[in-house]
Amino acid sequence: MSALMPPSQRVWSDQPVDRVEGTWIAIALVWCLFMFVMMPYWHVFGKQNYGGEAYRTTPAAYSAKVEAMVEAHTVRKETAQDIPVVRPPAGSDVYLAARLWSWYPALELVKGETYRLHISSLDWQHGFSLQPLNVNAQIVPGYEMVLTITPDSSGEFSIVCNEYCGLLHHTMLGKIYVVDR
Amino acid sequence: MSELIRTCPRSGLVFHKTAETLIKVNAVTAVVFLAVGGLLGLLVVLTRWPAVHLLQADTFYQVLTAHGIILLLVWIIFFEIAILYFCSSTLLRSRLATPRLAWLAYALMLGGAAVTAVAILQGGSSVMMTSYVPMPAAPHFYLGLILFAVGALIGCFIFLGTLVVAKNERTYQGSIPLVTFGALTACIIAIFTIASGAIILIPTYLWSIGYISHIDPLMYRIIWWALGHSSQQINVSAHVAVWYAIAAIVFGARPMSERVSRTAFLLYILFLQLASAHHILVDPGVGTEWKIFNTSYAMYLAVLASMIHGLTIPGAIEVAQREKGLNNGLFEWLRKAPWGNPVFSGMFISLIGFGFLGGISGVVMGTEQINLIIHNTIYVPGHFHETVAVGTTLAFMALTYFLVPVLFRRELILPKLAQWQPYLFGIGTALMGLFMMGAGTMGVSRRHWDMAFTGAPFSFEYGGAAYMMMGLTGIFGLISVIGGISFIVVIVGSLLFGKRVEEKSEYTTARAPQLPMAPSGPSHANIGSAGFVAPGTFVLALVFLATFVVYYFLNWMYLSSVWPMN
Repeated sequence: MSALMPPSQRVWSDQPVDRVEGTWIAIALVWCLFMFVMMPYWHVFGKQNYGGEAYRTTPAAYSAKVEAMVEAHTVRKETAQDIPVVRPPAGSDVYLAARLWSWYPALELVKGETYRLHISSLDWQHGFSLQPLNVNAQIVPGYEMVLTITPDSSGEFSIVCNEYCGLLHHTMLGKIYVVDR
Repeated sequence: MSELIRTCPRSGLVFHKTAETLIKVNAVTAVVFLAVGGLLGLLVVLTRWPAVHLLQADTFYQVLTAHGIILLLVWIIFFEIAILYFCSSTLLRSRLATPRLAWLAYALMLGGAAVTAVAILQGGSSVMMTSYVPMPAAPHFYLGLILFAVGALIGCFIFLGTLVVAKNERTYQGSIPLVTFGALTACIIAIFTIASGAIILIPTYLWSIGYISHIDPLMYRIIWWALGHSSQQINVSAHVAVWYAIAAIVFGARPMSERVSRTAFLLYILFLQLASAHHILVDPGVGTEWKIFNTSYAMYLAVLASMIHGLTIPGAIEVAQREKGLNNGLFEWLRKAPWGNPVFSGMFISLIGFGFLGGISGVVMGTEQINLIIHNTIYVPGHFHETVAVGTTLAFMALTYFLVPVLFRRELILPKLAQWQPYLFGIGTALMGLFMMGAGTMGVSRRHWDMAFTGAPFSFEYGGAAYMMMGLTGIFGLISVIGGISFIVVIVGSLLFGKRVEEKSEYTTARAPQLPMAPSGPSHANIGSAGFVAPGTFVLALVFLATFVVYYFLNWMYLSSVWPMN
């Protein structure tokens, strides 16, 4: 019962380390340090990183940017709610708004081009979850997140909201179309 | 010192009556909340199972909020308060410091839990356990949580006070036992956790009644998670202490090295809370260096600590078994372990499930870039059902089987059901979590009422495999709930109708004899092989490492297949 009793040596830190333990600690430490190095390594050599680019904003200011883009680049409207589908120029800044309970507007991007995708919320917190690719990010009101993306596959992608945002959370579904050049 | 004490004839433990009553009351309250929270979990399972889809959306979110708060906070913290009193008063043979304040702590916790429960029941506070601002809950939702936390904080200080009393009254020699050391680790992390909770929940309460106009939602997330994740680190420390205790109780196992095990607990105190940062990995407005340093728990030193405990606990069991003569081959010690004793089987399934499923998935999804393909998917609750339900809850269940005859002096009813229960609950929950992680990898969201998106302007359909994973989640969730109900039936039934333990254990006012230091252990020269005293455990550890490495790289491969982004 000795884990329930005071250790037999008065100064526990003097006890020798068993060989099994010593070997395992050395192996485990090497693995831990390796995993640590992987993260900075991927920032330099990997292609999928969120570098942390973000700006403070307000719902009104952000909404104005979204509207300006919608005015300039809407190519068509879809669904019974006439949701604009916006085709921004390659390389440009694209503004996506999350709000109760929709992603606004829908986007049409060109495969292989790079875009600066800005995302912010106009009300509560939301979750950006691009399906079926499964790329996810937290969308926080007052903060404008910038993901520099290069779609390398074409087709129809859906934006699911995956941060609980109230009763109709499950109807909050947006679209990104990626077309071939 | 005329306090009433008794010595348990089976275990040799010395109970002080005031502390004994408090341990019983806190543990029983915990189990009642476990029953309520578990049944709410059944409703969650039956709604997320696409073929059943039981509840309506509003009820589902209400039930999910209550399920999270009751199980992640209320059940576990009540039980942990019982463990803190047990590890101080009972293990150190000391009277409990300020028992009246302990009753106040209990009343605050119970009252607080009730106030928050009422807020959720009223329907205006279906904000999930995290209650992210600016989504509002009713003011008394936050107030109840604050009261509960104050109660728990008082409990922590009573534990610390009891350590001081025991030291001053010389109830033990030398250093505190390892299990008490683990409980002390849990207590220190709990104080940090509750302080963080106060820093964020008090302003949020003031915001909800209109005294504060704005709470920055990102700041809320960072500080809230110092409560939300750190409270799970209390659980880790507490259930690791329980694993050590059960190894000692069932096998008479001695820690392989007090120095290694205690240093590992110290690493928890220093680094484990940094895990809070795991929740902020794909948030805007937080720097990359901050994320990498914190989410690696400062270079994974806390992960190292868990990997150490994961070796030393089965290692200590192996050594104890080999000394008893089960010294053949690599695994005779494990094969001939008492698999029919729920105290052992519960503890061992908890350890394996926590390590292989909860531990590996936690580190993988806590890797900064990999979090991009996991954040807020149902992978996340999959992971924490492995850690909190299989790890903590099952470890506490196993300890409860030990406590029924020792503390409550009742024999277990339905011993066959008790024998099966850890397997039902442990394996059911472990597989449920595994299939949740599978569904999460396919992009299924957590906290989501309808994966078919009925009523959305656009349409999107998950693949058949994702639906199959959610169906399997439902089936194994049911098995987990059946395991949970079996536990409640056995424990509540034993307390109410169990045969009284025959051995006499009278209360006296005599002072308990001082707790002696553990005798020096025998040399291990004649056991094990290749100079290793626990070769079987070492092989298991290497299997664990291999699984870890393979799964870790699979996720990097998966990440490298998605759109390039920067």
